[in-house]
Amino acid sequence: MEPLSWGSIIAQIFAQFTPVWIGMVTVFVLSIRFKRRLGLYGKLFDSTVGMIGFALVLFWVFTALFAGSIITHDPLGQLSGMKNKLPGTPVPDGVDVYAYYLLGGDNLARDVFSRMVSGSTIVMQIAPLATLFAFMVGITLGLPAAYYGGKLDMFLSFLANLILAFPVILLFYLLVTPEIVKTGLPKYMAGVLFLFPIVFMVVLLNARFFTQPAKRAAYLTATLVVGLWIYLGVAWNTDPLGIISVPPNILIVFVSVVFVNAPTVFRIVRGLGLDIKTRDYVAAAQTRGEGPWYTMLWEILPNARGPLIVDFCLRIGYTTILLGTLGFFGLGLAPESPDWGTTINDGRKLLSIYPHPALAPALALMSLVLGLNLLADGLREESLKD
Amino acid sequence: MAIFLLRRIGVMLLTAIALTFIVFVLTNLQPNLEKVAKFQGNVRMTDEEVTSWLGKNGYDRSMVARYGEWLGVVPGWTYTDDAGKVTGRCIDDDNADQAQTRCGVLQGEWGHSIVFKEDVRDIVFKRLGLTAKLMFWVMILMVPMALVLGVLAGMREGTRLDRSLSTISIATTATPEYVSGVILIAVFASSAVGLKWFKGTATSAMDDITFANFTLPVVTIALYGMGYIARMTRASMTEVMTTQYIRTARLKGVSFTNIVLKHALRNALIAPFTVIMLQIPWLLNGVVIVETLFNYKGFGWTLVQAAGNNDVELLLGCSVVAVIVVLVTQLISDVGYVFLNPRIRIS
Repeated sequence: MEPLSWGSIIAQIFAQFTPVWIGMVTVFVLSIRFKRRLGLYGKLFDSTVGMIGFALVLFWVFTALFAGSIITHDPLGQLSGMKNKLPGTPVPDGVDVYAYYLLGGDNLARDVFSRMVSGSTIVMQIAPLATLFAFMVGITLGLPAAYYGGKLDMFLSFLANLILAFPVILLFYLLVTPEIVKTGLPKYMAGVLFLFPIVFMVVLLNARFFTQPAKRAAYLTATLVVGLWIYLGVAWNTDPLGIISVPPNILIVFVSVVFVNAPTVFRIVRGLGLDIKTRDYVAAAQTRGEGPWYTMLWEILPNARGPLIVDFCLRIGYTTILLGTLGFFGLGLAPESPDWGTTINDGRKLLSIYPHPALAPALALMSLVLGLNLLADGLREESLKD
Repeated sequence: MAIFLLRRIGVMLLTAIALTFIVFVLTNLQPNLEKVAKFQGNVRMTDEEVTSWLGKNGYDRSMVARYGEWLGVVPGWTYTDDAGKVTGRCIDDDNADQAQTRCGVLQGEWGHSIVFKEDVRDIVFKRLGLTAKLMFWVMILMVPMALVLGVLAGMREGTRLDRSLSTISIATTATPEYVSGVILIAVFASSAVGLKWFKGTATSAMDDITFANFTLPVVTIALYGMGYIARMTRASMTEVMTTQYIRTARLKGVSFTNIVLKHALRNALIAPFTVIMLQIPWLLNGVVIVETLFNYKGFGWTLVQAAGNNDVELLLGCSVVAVIVVLVTQLISDVGYVFLNPRIRIS
């Protein structure tokens, strides 16, 4: 068979992404139709920059969701004779269901296109969740630091600055090396860091339903049961039902990314908290006799949501970059893992002769982070308009 | 001012001690030490032999004591074997009597690298020199470009020029070094595209910097840092352009160029100064990535080698330097901000 021309490669790739296009069109049509009823999210569709960013992010979200039906080959499978082949090279006869390597083969004769697509699943699983955890840790510690001030604030700020003064790569090397993993340190860190979301949820609900004991008991029991179940499975790999478990190397990557991000979130939340706690509605809540946690979580936090949402988008992008950095240095994730950082690291050795294996994941990572940045920019602009 | 400075330096020293202690603990954990023992002694040592080797080489005492020795505030360990021969941390050869009692980082003894077989201090300073060259060119390229970009975007907020320049700076911040480096090499150095203007490695730049071998690494680092500084400059510039004195100058009939260059620029550059200083530790990351990607054997490359090969003393030396760089730039940015902006009074 003849190799494909660039035009037909693009056409084939476009066809391969059909489920993504359908999903994106549906979301966009629905959102634009009802944008006046959707609050800040709806306003996003008034800004071109925000829409472009949202489209890029949505593209990768749907790609991660439908990765199973988009990929043309097994991302780990090797086909003999396809090593470092250029984009559009046909597969040897009678081997596989799909006739071409759309974006060529890498140095181990794997399909670059399929690896890029399944890499998006890994990134989309870790990055947003790790950012969310970092936010919960940052909020749970940042709000009291701002609200109470004094010694607590000094101590927590010192800790945050301590972690921030660490060069990120050194920290990664120190946390992810096999010797440290053997001592169980990342596991204990996971044990501590993963407690924060549960503490956050419990305090949040407890403060809200303090005066309604029946509701409070119901909500708290539900949160604690579900939370502790997930906690046991994720952090200690001792889920009594045996459903939830996380591969140890993914857990380590997850923990180090949360650990690096949390102090920055802490500083942002603390800064916002210091500003907002001087407002009249906080004084009103205090005069009403609301407890400190109610004031923090139900008066201060909702009013800080604008900047926090914007930062959340930016931070997912930054987390994606960090994940790529980890992969680039071959830390944490398995060497054959199709995530973008590892693939770039694989491809860079032969970069000046065969650039295509490294270019595909590089461009993918760039477009996702760019999308998140543009989305954050659009959100910031729209939220400032009120 | 003096009290402010003293307090800042006090906190800085405390942070430095805490950070180096953390690195010390993490690099001196039991599994690491066992690996070192097997590397230095024999790969097939039994557990008992490992324990006795660690005892003979001063590794069997508490972490705090060893940290004190490494820092140079506690006298170094000595060990007298059955034959009465004395060995110790500060003793190089046989004349044990002439050796110093303390030898740590404070005395200038940084230890010995087991991979490079050289004194850690020599390695670190040699490599830092190479990285300094790289950083010098990065700064020369990055700072003026970022400031021009930011000022041009910020002087007329909301115009098409502003929008396109802002999008460019967002795009550069969204492209980490390992992505832009890969793209730049693929376009300008690979045989697949065929431009071949520059070289894809910078190994030869260690002795002799040329346009061909040094452009790509410098541009790669500069691009990522540039966008952020440009955005900060833009924000500060737009803020200055809405102030009263700019309006007054406009009403007086001062030309727009003069307003930007003579009235706005100076005040708009206060905030970017802080950002540029705080950017230096952040560039350290970029340096590590770029030096690995382009195989330029500077400080970042050494850090990766030390961490990857479990070279404990070299890694400690590198982290001391990295931590000091971060803390000193933070201090300069704080002090400089106060110095440049007389409206801020510290109490």
